[in-house]
Amino acid sequence: MKNKSLISINDYTPEELLKIIDIAGEFEKNPVQDILRGKVIATLFFEPSTRTRLSFESAVNRLGGRIIGFTDASSSSVKKGESLKDTIRTVSNYSDLIVMRHPLDGSARYASEVATVPVVNAGDGANQHPTQCLLDLFSIKKTQGTLENLNIFLVGDLKYGRTVHSLLMAMSNFNPTFNFISPEELRIPNEYKLFLDKKGIKYYEHLDFSDIISKADIVYMTRIQRERFSDPMEYEKVKNSYVLHNYMLKDTKDNLKILHPLPRVNEISEDVDENEKAYYFTQALNGVFTRQAIISSILGLK
Amino acid sequence: MTDKRILSVSAIKNGTVIDHIPANSLFKVISILELDKLDTQMTFGTNFISKKLGQKALIKISNKFFEDAEIDKIALVAPEAKLNIIEDYQVIEKRDVEVPDKIVGIVKCMNPNCVTNNENVLTKFDVISKKEVTLKCCYCEKITDQDHLKII
Ligand SMILES: [Zn+2]
Repeated sequence: MKNKSLISINDYTPEELLKIIDIAGEFEKNPVQDILRGKVIATLFFEPSTRTRLSFESAVNRLGGRIIGFTDASSSSVKKGESLKDTIRTVSNYSDLIVMRHPLDGSARYASEVATVPVVNAGDGANQHPTQCLLDLFSIKKTQGTLENLNIFLVGDLKYGRTVHSLLMAMSNFNPTFNFISPEELRIPNEYKLFLDKKGIKYYEHLDFSDIISKADIVYMTRIQRERFSDPMEYEKVKNSYVLHNYMLKDTKDNLKILHPLPRVNEISEDVDENEKAYYFTQALNGVFTRQAIISSILGLK
Repeated sequence: MTDKRILSVSAIKNGTVIDHIPANSLFKVISILELDKLDTQMTFGTNFISKKLGQKALIKISNKFFEDAEIDKIALVAPEAKLNIIEDYQVIEKRDVEVPDKIVGIVKCMNPNCVTNNENVLTKFDVISKKEVTLKCCYCEKITDQDHLKII
């Protein structure tokens, strides 16, 4: 993984995914180390994402590295019409690794081609967000003890949600069973079903999940946005079917954990927060360890 | 008289004849092969009657022999095209074109939010299917299918 950019979750082999997860586990035990001393990490946020940026910056700071960059494009030379290529070339001169978030799909791959240092994709438009995916994998492995043979429920917006698509692709290396729960309009796209068919992975589609949740090892919740519906009435009709309440967790498995990429709006009722099966806040903390693992392996320090 | 004139420009001694180009793809083929940049003699003919294609076009290029990778690019717009390689007025080889595994340039990504449609980036695709041409953008990872295939 040394010097290899992380652009898409599919860039890493299953072995490499597991390696990152193991290293993240080491950082969890020992999160403050001085291994990035003398290194400069650029965080280029062409669109704001405070949550992701803080997670990266916390990861770097705890390892003794320095950060340069900008938090949104309006305060940078990008505003003056500089091409992405020129920005990336310039910043390559000043840093050892670039973390980039950008509103255009495919911008991260392009940046990795023109950069002279490795690039970590912190979200390129609607396309990929691989560090989110790795932290999801770390959270699953940590809570389940394994990534193999799990029953994974993906709930909500399965059509546009890039985190569920990446998770689906990555978990497909570990023989899962998928249950897709979404409104008709936001069903998992066909290309993913074809992919699963090809790999021989079992999956089921449902419009509602209250009567099947007892089978789940992982419930991965996502937000349903009103803008995604062509008919606003349709949204009003379905919105409450995809909210998780505490009473629904009564007969679920002991090992079940609820994940959510955050921020949530109302898709997980607040009465779930105190349930020991709620894992989404710890999941966010795991993001720091995972990003420490990603940066230090790419820089060849782990 | 007219026939004679056609003959005199038609026959080439050495070079390549590309036949069975759909008439409406002629200029795309010229642009994909960058024929406008060659300085050898060329003849373009179009709107000939073809049983298979309705109306077809044809290109004759003197003293030019294409690499497979170069010529296969035209399969996107002229999948039925036939190549005749001419030496000393004789056809010494015939071959079909085949959609290549990778496409660089030529095609536009159909995703308006793709970096290739917003920055000065050459497009790049993996060919997922050759029959019903299906391309996966190497940047945004979205699919561009036959129905949405636009030549740049
Ligand atoms: Zn694209």
